Amino acid sequence: MDSDEDERIPLRQRPEWSDITPVPQDDGPNPVVPIAYSEEFAETMDYFRAVYLADERSHRALQLTSEAIHFNAGNYTVWQFRRVILETLNADLHDELEFVEHLASKNSKNYQLWHHRRWVAEKFGSEAAGRELEFTKNIFLNDAKNYHAWSHRQWVLQNLGGWEYELAYCDKLLEDDIFNNSAWNQRYFVITRHPGLGGIEGIRDSEVNYTIKAILTKPENESPWRYLRGLYKNNMNAFITDSKVSTVCLKVLTSKVNCVFALSLLLDLLVHGFEPTQDLKSALESLIPESNNLDSGAAARVCSVLEIMDPMRVNYWRWRKSSLSSHVEDGVKNLSVH
Amino acid sequence: MTCMEPSSSSSAEWKATASQEEQWALEHHVFRIYQLFCKIPPKSQAVMLELQRDNHIEYLMKGLRQLGPSFSVLDANRPWICYWILHSIALLGDCVDEDLESNAIDFLRRCQDQHGGYGGGPGQMPHLATTYAAVNSLITLGGHKALSSINRGKIYSFLRRMKHTSGGFSMHDGGEVDVRACYTAISVASALSILDKELILGVGDYILSCQTYEGGIAGEPGSEAHGGYTFCGLAAMILINEVNRLDLPNLTDWLVFRQGVEGGFQGRTNKLVDGCYSFWQGGAAVLIQRLHAASVGEAEDLFQSHALQQYILLCSQVEGGFRDKPGKSRDHYHTCYCLSGLSAAQFRWPKDADSEPLPGFVLGPYSNLLEPINPLYNIVFDRYDEAREFFTESNDA
Repeated sequence: MDSDEDERIPLRQRPEWSDITPVPQDDGPNPVVPIAYSEEFAETMDYFRAVYLADERSHRALQLTSEAIHFNAGNYTVWQFRRVILETLNADLHDELEFVEHLASKNSKNYQLWHHRRWVAEKFGSEAAGRELEFTKNIFLNDAKNYHAWSHRQWVLQNLGGWEYELAYCDKLLEDDIFNNSAWNQRYFVITRHPGLGGIEGIRDSEVNYTIKAILTKPENESPWRYLRGLYKNNMNAFITDSKVSTVCLKVLTSKVNCVFALSLLLDLLVHGFEPTQDLKSALESLIPESNNLDSGAAARVCSVLEIMDPMRVNYWRWRKSSLSSHVEDGVKNLSVH
Repeated sequence: MTCMEPSSSSSAEWKATASQEEQWALEHHVFRIYQLFCKIPPKSQAVMLELQRDNHIEYLMKGLRQLGPSFSVLDANRPWICYWILHSIALLGDCVDEDLESNAIDFLRRCQDQHGGYGGGPGQMPHLATTYAAVNSLITLGGHKALSSINRGKIYSFLRRMKHTSGGFSMHDGGEVDVRACYTAISVASALSILDKELILGVGDYILSCQTYEGGIAGEPGSEAHGGYTFCGLAAMILINEVNRLDLPNLTDWLVFRQGVEGGFQGRTNKLVDGCYSFWQGGAAVLIQRLHAASVGEAEDLFQSHALQQYILLCSQVEGGFRDKPGKSRDHYHTCYCLSGLSAAQFRWPKDADSEPLPGFVLGPYSNLLEPINPLYNIVFDRYDEAREFFTESNDA
């Protein structure tokens, strides 16, 4: 029976449970944070404790865990015991898929549910890949940034496969919402881990083009700016020599839109040894009020502009500026602890 | 007090995406509050900024004594509810009476598993997160009775049992492996002075593999940088003395950009601000500040403390308790982490991690000043020190 839809018959009135003595919760005489459980909740858990303590791995115990999970999907003990029972009974795990899907349709933000789903999917092996990808896709229709669902999807790709259409799926999600940072993160996951793509070096060029297009569409969108940096991770030389990077900075700086991210990227270029072109220097000059034009290096000037343009992070930009002079532009890299 | 304007509502050249619509709706809501605040006389402003201590204490004490049936969904998190409430009370400089204290110790003892560790309630399997919550609760209560009720030898065996081949930890027998598990295990071991090489082995590698291209830390390798996991990963790396393995400049850059125009912090890039990240991100910022202070000898703020305090007091605070954002309901979790974030924002962090932080800028009446925390564990500073002394002596005995 489905406890939240049908009329519930109390366990003590069900003949199949007549041999079980329920075990009440040992809360003590004066518990703190006591919960005023409903009668149904308390009874279900009392019977659960009885079968759990007796290690009864039966069909009725399995059924009871379903009822307990419907009352509280966060009870990891019940979930864990459910898996033990399923193993022992060698149960048909197709029912588990439905069980999880029904719960996810009500509340998909719960660690236990996703952990269980992973366990079930692992049992099915690679045949489950398509179905699992579809399952997460359905979750994203309503909640495109669901953290658990993304973790599950990545686990599926890495362990069961299904990479073929993943980059296209990222395209689609970013087309829907270019600000969806989870989709950007997934894109990075695909280009760095897809076994058929040959790694970041091989795909960098086309990804840089894609990202720059996204930046120029919405320069105020932080996601592609971070993604662009990520494309050059572990290859600082390519970062500072690839003219596409400095060119996108210049374009945004001269287009009179929010250019905090462009300045921030330019600062990173400069501290890693990039020599600014004349165009970039002029663009920078035009952003600085005369009186503030006292800083010696270009990096310090960028920090000064950022202090004004990005008041929320004024402390940070001052910090960046002060670390320019003290040869620790790698910021807090060589810090001792305690 | 500056009255900030919404940042981006004017750029309506294309159809807004779902992320933009949500963001603009929230900005509209928040700036209406700030605009109202700017228009009222200074006296009323002071009232609006006042930390409603009595109301908060009343809300917290009530929760400690009785919770309604809707809390059944938190039935496997009762040590967490204890911690959220007890820590909040301690931050407010208050404490529970002797009876409640004794009841709390007794209740948590019933959550302790016979083979070590604490479960989400009496008779439940031991779990790393509820073990962290129970241990932090007992340290917050302080005193011999509370501290000696913790079976450290068995907790150590439990922690060893949870050690996973990846170098990380499982949350419970057969449970999930993630950065949260690493932090709660390491924090508990460190606070109880039972942290050793065997527990540390591989943890740094695991956390390092979770730092993303954005700079923040994810729950698992490959996932998205996230405030909660970033705090957990950073604090754990400091506790095991491997923090310099992280790309700290990139982490710091990601972190400071999480403070939104509303003044509060968001958990992830392009998500909405939420009061609870006042601690997860604000606490991580404080940890970075401390590292910075230790190296250059200055303790400068990294984020806008003023703006964060403003968001917490004007947008998260309700009559008794705190909430995620305007329009949401209060709960004990957000109360705990808004207050923890508020405390983190109110103090200046000395270069010596062992010396007590000093009050810095306090928004609103000075009576808003909370107790300082030890940001590595999120326990009130003095209580942590007392426990550290207690357990170090136990080791020597």
